[in-house]
Amino acid sequence: MVAEAADAAPLRTRALGCVRGYRRLFESLEITLQPGEVLLVEGANGAGKTSLLRLLCGLALPTEGEVYWHGEPLPRCRLEFQQSLLYLGHTPGVKLELSPRENLRFLAALHGLSVNPQQLDDILDTVGLYGFETVPARALSAGQRRRIALARLWFAEQALWVLDEPFTAIDRAGVARLEARLMEHAARGGMAVLTSHQALQLTPAPRRLAL
Amino acid sequence: MSAPSTGRAFLALLHRDLSLAVRNRGELVNPLVFFLVVVSLFPLGVGPGPNLLGSIAPGVIWVAALLASLLSMERLFRSDFDDGSLEQLLLSPQPLPVLVLAKVLAHWLTSGLPLVLMSPLLGLLLYLPGRAVPALLASLMMGTPILSLIGAIGVALTVGLQRGGILLTLLILPLYVPVLIFATAAVTAAAEGFAYNGQIAILGAGLAAALTLSPLATAAALRIMVQ
Repeated sequence: MVAEAADAAPLRTRALGCVRGYRRLFESLEITLQPGEVLLVEGANGAGKTSLLRLLCGLALPTEGEVYWHGEPLPRCRLEFQQSLLYLGHTPGVKLELSPRENLRFLAALHGLSVNPQQLDDILDTVGLYGFETVPARALSAGQRRRIALARLWFAEQALWVLDEPFTAIDRAGVARLEARLMEHAARGGMAVLTSHQALQLTPAPRRLAL
Repeated sequence: MSAPSTGRAFLALLHRDLSLAVRNRGELVNPLVFFLVVVSLFPLGVGPGPNLLGSIAPGVIWVAALLASLLSMERLFRSDFDDGSLEQLLLSPQPLPVLVLAKVLAHWLTSGLPLVLMSPLLGLLLYLPGRAVPALLASLMMGTPILSLIGAIGVALTVGLQRGGILLTLLILPLYVPVLIFATAAVTAAAEGFAYNGQIAILGAGLAAALTLSPLATAAALRIMVQ
């Protein structure tokens, strides 16, 4: 796809502003995201990174401004937008009573993706959960629970990934695999918005947004 | 999103919630024990006379069922809210009311249906006339899903609050009252040998209304509360 005008960008915000309590976190934020781009949102704790990510995926409504998906304001094209969206929040959405395999099977079905058992085992192997497929997530470590949620990135067909601190509690080898996966996603024309406090090794270097 | 995918998501969510309920047996048994204890305390409190017990049985069983249902209501969205699953439901490419319906159905199957199945036994305990048992079953079968559906709206509205319990009670108890009135009227009429199909029909109408309107209201409430 050719990136010509900002209008053609799949994800675009116009004069986005957010007020939390009596504090203005940010205002008149203009973000455009083209296919193949990765946007790294940076800022101190409490700068509004999570708030921005929640606005971008439509979980929260902006105090001012609007978010557009393919030129349509967000609340109006919710289902189409959510079909192309993968969101990983602070809380990973993993059920502690269920095993990694059960968790993933549910999340895939919820997002309308069909994954066969072989694929599922391969993905669990990739994220380093081989041997833990049937253990309830309650018995796993924080990093392993996080990996269950991150495993979704390997069967995701969604074009837009919104990842809030995806690298928390992940070991170094895991971070490297995730970086590789992110670059692969971008190379296929996918988009990603993420926050991270770690220095990332991404080529090409991601665009940065400081809050 | 295509219909088969929505159907699959509905079944997957139903299956997930049922397996979660089976793995948290304590929560599953809690409302049942409450129901049993409340009803079995009444003969001790008001005396074991069959006449008195028989005449208050419909009200006692129904009030106990209503409170037991209220007790189990709060866990409907609580754990999903805490662990981020709720955000995943809200951001999935499926119509939210359909997902809400799957959750409420799973909740009713694990909390309402056991109450219905246990009620004839409690009727026996309170000398409820045998001819009133079908009415008791029918009224609970129609009434407890209404309680779950109405409760879901209240739970969705209080899911983000730290101590939403009292507020939840204040919000949904007034809406429970009509169900209680018509259900006990049906059972009392049956115990006295009168026709009770009118009251059951009204409960059926209530169920139809709750089934169509409550998922929409619950979905809207969830979107507001997660913001």
